[in-house]
Amino acid sequence: MGAGHAALLVLADGRFPAGGHAHSGGAEAAVKAGRVTDAASLEDFCRGRLHTAGLSAAALAAAAAAGVDPLALDDAADARTPSPALRATARRLGRQMTRAARAAWPSPELDALAAARPRGAHQPVVLGLTARAAGLGPLDAAHAAAYEAVSGPATAVVRLLGLDPFDATAVLARLAPELDHVAERAAEAARRAVHEGPDALPACSAPLLDITAEQHAAWPVRLFAS
Amino acid sequence: MHLDHPDVYPHRHTYSAASPLRPDGRRRALRIGLGGPVGSGKTATVAALCRSLREELSIAVITNDIYTREDAEFLLRNAVLPPERITAVETGACPHTAIRDDISANLEAVEDLEAVFSSSSVGPLDLILVESGGDNLTATFSKGLVDAQIFVIDVAGGDDIPRKGGPGVTTADLLVVNKTDLAPYVGADLEGMARDAEAQRGDLPVAFTSLTAEDGVAPVRDWVRGQLAAWTTPAA
Repeated sequence: MGAGHAALLVLADGRFPAGGHAHSGGAEAAVKAGRVTDAASLEDFCRGRLHTAGLSAAALAAAAAAGVDPLALDDAADARTPSPALRATARRLGRQMTRAARAAWPSPELDALAAARPRGAHQPVVLGLTARAAGLGPLDAAHAAAYEAVSGPATAVVRLLGLDPFDATAVLARLAPELDHVAERAAEAARRAVHEGPDALPACSAPLLDITAEQHAAWPVRLFAS
Repeated sequence: MHLDHPDVYPHRHTYSAASPLRPDGRRRALRIGLGGPVGSGKTATVAALCRSLREELSIAVITNDIYTREDAEFLLRNAVLPPERITAVETGACPHTAIRDDISANLEAVEDLEAVFSSSSVGPLDLILVESGGDNLTATFSKGLVDAQIFVIDVAGGDDIPRKGGPGVTTADLLVVNKTDLAPYVGADLEGMARDAEAQRGDLPVAFTSLTAEDGVAPVRDWVRGQLAAWTTPAA
């Protein structure tokens, strides 16, 4: 509970240098397939991602912030990520976030996770541990993870479609109440996971995101790494 | 730790792997960034440097392609280095972000290359070239990523670019004006470019190159050798 809101703003800032700018969260594949074409379809896409992969990520982050063993959470994240391409992406982003986090909020727990997973732990787990190092709580970590689940695709679609950036930001604003709800569910699950272990965490997934992530990873020409 | 050239390579207290020493205490590879507008000849300069220096130095290259692996594949196709010495970083449509604002993916590529070669029988790398994706005149490398940077422009892009200045032209450790062989065809005034560059850069060096000429990369290679000599000179 230590830190106030300011540390959360630093952590959730889109300019936090942890590699997210090169990833679209599946939006590039959805744009190519014609499923995201405007602000309305971007909102549908983000809502779907928020309540599936977003909830799972938020719960993992909240659990890490609550002190659940990060290595057990890393295994749980693997189990919740059937796509090898997305597992690789999550670990790459986790490694990048570890670097930024250790510079921003030096912590023995982050050092230990970096030593145990030198190629990177799953990004939501690192995000949660980073929140913990910053003195933030599980609900804060869940908010940051849930927000990332939608802000990444929204930014990417602005670049991919030339979508009006004001419209894209309005999409995020409209999703805010749902985002709060997802974060609360994630934090509640994390509270259970402290006693019951990672199995208490939700395991929601979006099969289409998994399938298109595999396809996207094989594209020879693409703007985003995932 | 290194009192030899404190002004050239000051120690940087960051967590971004900018320390000049390896974990084992030896000096790590020198990292040189190459940036500049699209089509100015960054990849051709990297290729020519590799061909020219690969016998005397252990070199690796990191490319930052904008939306393809074109640059990495060009280097592979032309066999300027074996594939294990070339890494491509994806930049999500923002090449300047990957070399300046969020250098994490490039740092990881640098560290992975250093680690692979340090632990192999080949031995540690001497030089890592980090090539930016083609960008605009404001794109410069973070000091947390590279030790020195080259900005590559060309005469065909307009001979007023040195006069316009901008961070790349003004602050790069070496400004390369490439494709001088095209100057007569595009009406570029090389002397004027040299004058403008000097006005913008003061004492910082400028190299005019024509990579199509025999050993056309020589001025850049000599500059790189000078940087390496300064980098590896042991503390007195």
